[in-house]
Amino acid sequence: MAFLVLPLAGLLIRAPWPTLAQRLAEPQVLEALRLSLVTATVATLVCLLLGVPLAWLLARVTFPGRRLVRALITVPLVLPPVVGGVALLLVLGRRGLIGQWLEATFGISLPFTTAGVVLAEAFVAMPFLVISVEGALHATDLRLEEAAATLGASRWVIFRRVTLPLVAPGIVAGAVLCWARALGEFGATITFAGNFPGRTQTMPLAVYLALETEPEAAIVLSILLLAVSVIILASLRDRWVTSP
Amino acid sequence: MFRRVSRWAAGLPLAVALTAGLTGCGSSDQATPAASSSSGAATALTVFAAASLTETFTELGKTFEAAHPGTSVKFNFSSSATLAQQITQGAPADVFAAASPATMKTVTDASLATAPTTFVRNKLQIAVPADNPAKVNALKDLADPKVKVALCAEQVPCGSAAVKALNAAGLKVTPVTYEQDVKATLTKVELGEVDAALVYTTDVLTAGDKVKGLAFPEADKAINDYPIAALSKTPVPDLAKQFVDLVLSAQGRDVLTKAGFQAP
Repeated sequence: MAFLVLPLAGLLIRAPWPTLAQRLAEPQVLEALRLSLVTATVATLVCLLLGVPLAWLLARVTFPGRRLVRALITVPLVLPPVVGGVALLLVLGRRGLIGQWLEATFGISLPFTTAGVVLAEAFVAMPFLVISVEGALHATDLRLEEAAATLGASRWVIFRRVTLPLVAPGIVAGAVLCWARALGEFGATITFAGNFPGRTQTMPLAVYLALETEPEAAIVLSILLLAVSVIILASLRDRWVTSP
Repeated sequence: MFRRVSRWAAGLPLAVALTAGLTGCGSSDQATPAASSSSGAATALTVFAAASLTETFTELGKTFEAAHPGTSVKFNFSSSATLAQQITQGAPADVFAAASPATMKTVTDASLATAPTTFVRNKLQIAVPADNPAKVNALKDLADPKVKVALCAEQVPCGSAAVKALNAAGLKVTPVTYEQDVKATLTKVELGEVDAALVYTTDVLTAGDKVKGLAFPEADKAINDYPIAALSKTPVPDLAKQFVDLVLSAQGRDVLTKAGFQAP
């Protein structure tokens, strides 16, 4: 526990408290914070949309190559985020396999956009959601779903009325992990989406650049990011996770 | 466990390094001070040098090792600002070579080095992908909103040089990204994600065929001086001084100018 908390204490001790309020009021700071919260939340929604069906598929349907798919899903966890960012560029960049086609057909270019930030964050954070939802699915009692089926419920109704409520705590826990990871994402974001204030400069990027010249500003930004995420996560936990 | 706890507890100076660790992957270019200090035998020399010196200093390090048998030269290449922070936070470096006088000043202001010497200068160039898709020919083309430009962030030396050059030309350029260091900026050009970037001449040379460099007159207004100094707290002052002398020697200058640096 001390191992986890002491670095935070270090931040708090070194914080320039007298000028804290003034530094926080800078428009760039709030812009970066807003962008961080918005992109992390949208990335979490994307992960929920894509990740929950994927987790269901992995937990409930036997298909050839399932173990391989399961291993592949953990790739973003193992990959250094910067490498993930380069990989995204090679696929979705202007000269990437899909990116080239996207730009030629729809005129869409993802790098250096806010959508690119969401994409990079979702890429890195998705495994957290899939793994915890899959775990929750494995832990549920299959007989409940079978009972619903014998009563004439369709597969969709079973999924919606039986399976989803059963795994809801798992989904919430996964979404929280996913959101936290997306909020702290740095490497893939700066590589794929670049760094432009108000558009792609999230808090971790702002912290990194502030560190180059003004360590004090970096500490302030770090404390703000920590405080906001701890407050949000703490309130979520009380409401959703600990009281089922 | 005791060792770890005591290190964290005594690690207030590390707080800054930890911030970078918390935010993700800054670690790839972080120094590992503990590792280099544990091998603090009199025969190891630790040089902190700007990222743009990676190729030339690695070569000079080999030369130095050959001339001083039993000595091993260890390098920590990163953005000069990061290195300056690490040094002022107590990282065990013997020599510091920075890409700007401002970052060296951080270290001399902390009384950790005296009398730095300018050993080379570096000029900006416009870097474009080999096929130059946006047909960039001059600095003013970068102001065209259709041209995607990457610049270094103003906090790092190549970024402040870019601002100076653009101001000298009276141009307002809105880039798509402010990259964290010169190598990252160049990578965006190599991958063809941007149409142009302002980077150092030396970086254009190391990128080889994938990138074409265009010199521009306003670059003369934004020349970067590279200062080098032996650090005052080094346990091996003689070796540190000899390394600085090698960099300043004709042999050192030869290696550096071949890589595109200019003599001061």
